Amino acid sequence: MAKTIIPIGPYHPLQEEPEFFTLTVDGERVVDIDVRIGYNHRGIEKLSEMKTFDQSTFVIERICGICSTSHPFAYTRAVEDIIGVEVPERAKYIRTIIAEGERIHSHLLWLGLAGHFLGYNTVYMWAWKLREEILDVMEILSGNRNNYAMFKPGGVRRDIKSGDIPGVIKKIDSIVPTLTMLKKAVIDDPVLHARTKGIGVLSKEDAINYSALGPTSRASGVARDVRKDSPYGVYDKVEWDMIVTQNGDVFDKAVVRILEAFESIKIMKYCLLKLPKGEIDLNIKNIPPGEGIGHIEAPRGEVFHYVRSDGTNRPVRHKVRAPTFMNLPTYKATVVGETISDATIILAAIDPCYCCTERMAVRNIKGKKLYNGEDLIKLSQEKTEKVRRGLK
Amino acid sequence: MIYIVYLIFYGFLVTAIIGLLASWIDRKVTARVQYRVGPPILQPLIDIIKLSGKETLIPRGVSKITFLAAPLVGLSGVILVSTLLWVNNINQSNSFMGDLIVAIYLLAIPSISIIMGGFASGNPLASLGASREMKLILSYELPFVLAVFVPVIRSGFAIKLGQILTFQAENGVIVGSWSGALALIVVILCMQAKLALVPFDMPEAETEIMGGTLIEYSGSGLAVYRLMKNMLLFTLPFFVIILFMGGLRLDGMHLLYGILRYVGLVALITVIRNTNPRVRIDQAVRFFWGPVTVIAIIAVVLAFRGL
Repeated sequence: MAKTIIPIGPYHPLQEEPEFFTLTVDGERVVDIDVRIGYNHRGIEKLSEMKTFDQSTFVIERICGICSTSHPFAYTRAVEDIIGVEVPERAKYIRTIIAEGERIHSHLLWLGLAGHFLGYNTVYMWAWKLREEILDVMEILSGNRNNYAMFKPGGVRRDIKSGDIPGVIKKIDSIVPTLTMLKKAVIDDPVLHARTKGIGVLSKEDAINYSALGPTSRASGVARDVRKDSPYGVYDKVEWDMIVTQNGDVFDKAVVRILEAFESIKIMKYCLLKLPKGEIDLNIKNIPPGEGIGHIEAPRGEVFHYVRSDGTNRPVRHKVRAPTFMNLPTYKATVVGETISDATIILAAIDPCYCCTERMAVRNIKGKKLYNGEDLIKLSQEKTEKVRRGLK
Repeated sequence: MIYIVYLIFYGFLVTAIIGLLASWIDRKVTARVQYRVGPPILQPLIDIIKLSGKETLIPRGVSKITFLAAPLVGLSGVILVSTLLWVNNINQSNSFMGDLIVAIYLLAIPSISIIMGGFASGNPLASLGASREMKLILSYELPFVLAVFVPVIRSGFAIKLGQILTFQAENGVIVGSWSGALALIVVILCMQAKLALVPFDMPEAETEIMGGTLIEYSGSGLAVYRLMKNMLLFTLPFFVIILFMGGLRLDGMHLLYGILRYVGLVALITVIRNTNPRVRIDQAVRFFWGPVTVIAIIAVVLAFRGL
């Protein structure tokens, strides 16, 4: 029987970023997929190496608009790892507050998009309306709705005013009833059950073999969370639960994210109430030669940053590994055998973020020459010469 | 001659105006439910005028005639069926034997035109959408026809719309009986599927197959499809009102009741589409052939018993 190729991308209403999936289908059933990313490569690592340690924080923040705290958080921890210092207690609390706020808004954003992919636009709009409240909270705390610019190596850039705290707590509390309603609307809806339960199952073995991270792994019963496994910030001081479910289907991934939003509210409130007095910044002047790593739990999973310093004011090497890099391959394990109707929601269920992921894509198609950095520079110079000659 | 007036004035103009208005109500209510502002009242009309002014792109290697004729076939189907309904609604004796059967046939034409257009586009996603539409028709036509049996049985096996209306005028509306109420539920669900609205919008499913059957349509072709869909938003509820609720009477207080019935049906459609996610095509088939057909059969049995 002839197989049909169904493309998702490079431009598709489903995705807000360019990427290309080719689904080989037999009728409505997906038999094979091919993933091609790399449309979004911006050379962030190289850019970061051209900035000073302080400036890099801002560049890194712009890797992704949604995880705009996770990347600087991991990066500053990597830099602090080089120096071997711990940030002041108050800075740790503020960092935790910002990171959790980001998690809430990211999970709500995902919930809305998931609703949209299922044709449930009411959930889409309601979740995003609720997200506005969290963005307001973030604006009160940091001055920005996204890209908070709160982090710097050695501490945080801005303090939280004690006068703001009661108002912020009130606003966070006001979110809880609506979020509870939304949770009920999603978790108890029989039609949503029919669409998401048993769909795109990622088994526990697959989750371990593919090294899935974050909610993707926790929905499959793999209790893996950097906040518990290797606590940073003040996660070891706060009482909170890691949400783990066992089925690994789309529904469980949604449940994990919704319940995590509640945990994040709990953590955020605790930190705001227990915010200690003191310094917020170590005022680091010099960064010694050496290398350091920083890893934190982003909304999508573990973000890993590696920074090497040679004693100057710039990182010599900066390596970023985003959670989607590990989660995207699980798509192959989950989508084959499902229908096209479910292919999109299964993809969305890992909450992919391609701009985070895209570094350098090397694709060796049989017998082709692989270029390294120097070759590419040479090629680019030859091209410039060609253009220049063409002008004359 | 009078039929030409019916065809142009009632069949096309009045239906189109009410349909556009209904689609505005649908969009506005949806927007308000979702914390959005919603479009201005003329937006559906503006959309269609704008689309008809745009370039109509025809994909390479397709049958031009089929591709361009498909929307027109659908539109003419809707115009014909609404003319038929209006004629019956205004003058109940001015009709022919078996017009109900013709109406059921004509109501299937828009879906068939969408299938035609989808397969004519030569796009894999459009073919996918068309095949989904085909499965959808197969699934909802059976309960739809069964439910339409109920008014026929109750009005003493009349297969003339006029007779059904006269029966209701004398003996009260059909929805007032048990069998009528059950059949109405079935018909409303089938209406949702005929209109291709959530939860049964999988032939178009924007986030799955990017508009499906309509993916290759642009310009006036798309405008005609839009107009057809907006007119269906009047014609289908109108059909239901005639069969189950005693039709629309255009005099005095009855006009108000008629408007209330119609707006109520449109509101119901809007509510259903805003409180449900899209189901998969296999789930839709199972749904229509399972519970919905069972309800329809129960309604038919009840109607035979005179309930």
